[in-house]
Amino acid sequence: MIIGSIVNGIVIDHIPAGRGMELYRYLKLDDMECEVALIKNASSDKYGKKDILKVNEVIDLDFDMLGYIAPQITVNIIRNGERVEKVHPKLPETITGVLRCKNPRCITSIEQELQHVFKLTDREHGVYRCIYCDTKAEKQSLV
Amino acid sequence: MKKDLIDIQDLSREDIDELIAVAEDIIADPDKYAEKCRRKKLATLFYEPSTRTRLSFEAAMYELGGQVIGFSEANSSSAAKGESVADTARTVACFADIIAMRHPKEGAPMVAARSTHIPVINAGDGGHNHPTQTLTDLLTIAREKGRLDDLTIGCCGDLKFGRTVHSLIAAMHRYPGVRFVLISPEELVIPEHVRTDILQANNIEFLETRDLEAVMPELDILYMTRVQRERFFNEADYIRLKDSYILTPDKLTYAKPDLAILHPLPRVNEIAVAIDSDPRACYFRQVLCGKYIRMALILKLLGVK
Ligand SMILES: [Zn+2]
Repeated sequence: MIIGSIVNGIVIDHIPAGRGMELYRYLKLDDMECEVALIKNASSDKYGKKDILKVNEVIDLDFDMLGYIAPQITVNIIRNGERVEKVHPKLPETITGVLRCKNPRCITSIEQELQHVFKLTDREHGVYRCIYCDTKAEKQSLV
Repeated sequence: MKKDLIDIQDLSREDIDELIAVAEDIIADPDKYAEKCRRKKLATLFYEPSTRTRLSFEAAMYELGGQVIGFSEANSSSAAKGESVADTARTVACFADIIAMRHPKEGAPMVAARSTHIPVINAGDGGHNHPTQTLTDLLTIAREKGRLDDLTIGCCGDLKFGRTVHSLIAAMHRYPGVRFVLISPEELVIPEHVRTDILQANNIEFLETRDLEAVMPELDILYMTRVQRERFFNEADYIRLKDSYILTPDKLTYAKPDLAILHPLPRVNEIAVAIDSDPRACYFRQVLCGKYIRMALILKLLGVK
């Protein structure tokens, strides 16, 4: 499958090499009926190696979360065989129910039903902190 | 939109100046405020005992003509039956007009604030925030020094777990000409997030040192804190460190004559009793400031003029 062969769909490019599968799971692409391709270790002029995801259908994406995974990720929207949009995801202001707070003194550690919410406190360095206890989010796998 | 006070940084400098002005007005004319909160109820939800803070809140509400309901420890409350903080807060919001919550877990008052339509005051959440203590400290400094800017503030003792110090730094760094001298054992230095996100991010002058006496002559304020047994995992570490930073009269030899010594109380032995009679000892006046600033805060959050 090459980009040219996608009529209506999306190409998620510049995924850091090795994290394509995580993204595949996070976006629940396994459940998709359409053609999906994960290309691992594609060569990249800028980053050496990269992963690429191609989905032969325009799906609703949480672009912001892609920005959290890696700011260099780009999303190309393909319609009628042409790229109609190229999106550079921004870091989301808040991330709800994805990251886990690891602070054993945090209220989230004893209340199982409570959603874990993180807020962006330093855009330049991509720092997120738990809204309850201010603990910094460690880099963690999303799935 | 309803207002809460969860973190001292929720308040702007203008908010703080306004609270201090109202507190000063209450001190000048308490009778004017004696009926301001008539028929209003404060719920003090204390999941861990803190008699001093609870009594301060309750006295504040009574002096405003209001009433108080609540509990003073978790095992006498619904929490002992496993109710979530959110559910307890929603229930209490049916009975009360404002909540003051103390909880051993960080962020519990934030959970309450997000679950109810009534104002929530964080009365201390674990080692995290204690904004009304900070307001107390600010009112004390304002009254003792006549200003909140151009001050060298020494913070001594447990700066790692001492949340009062973190909040004091968060509040005071916004005033021009404020510099901090941070005096603690190696094991109890301020956390990285205070150093990077507040001090370094705002280019605030600060010095970290192990030696209280050496820096004493520079200080306008000396904020002493307790090295708390419950913050240590290991008894030997506690015993070794607790006496390291005790204020005794001889250590004050080279202190400024108008130094203000503050302490969030209760003290164990970190300030010698001999210092209590020194006019520079402000910690009992500080307790009184705590009641007045809580009165001002309750008025503000309830929107009572
Ligand atoms: Zn947390």
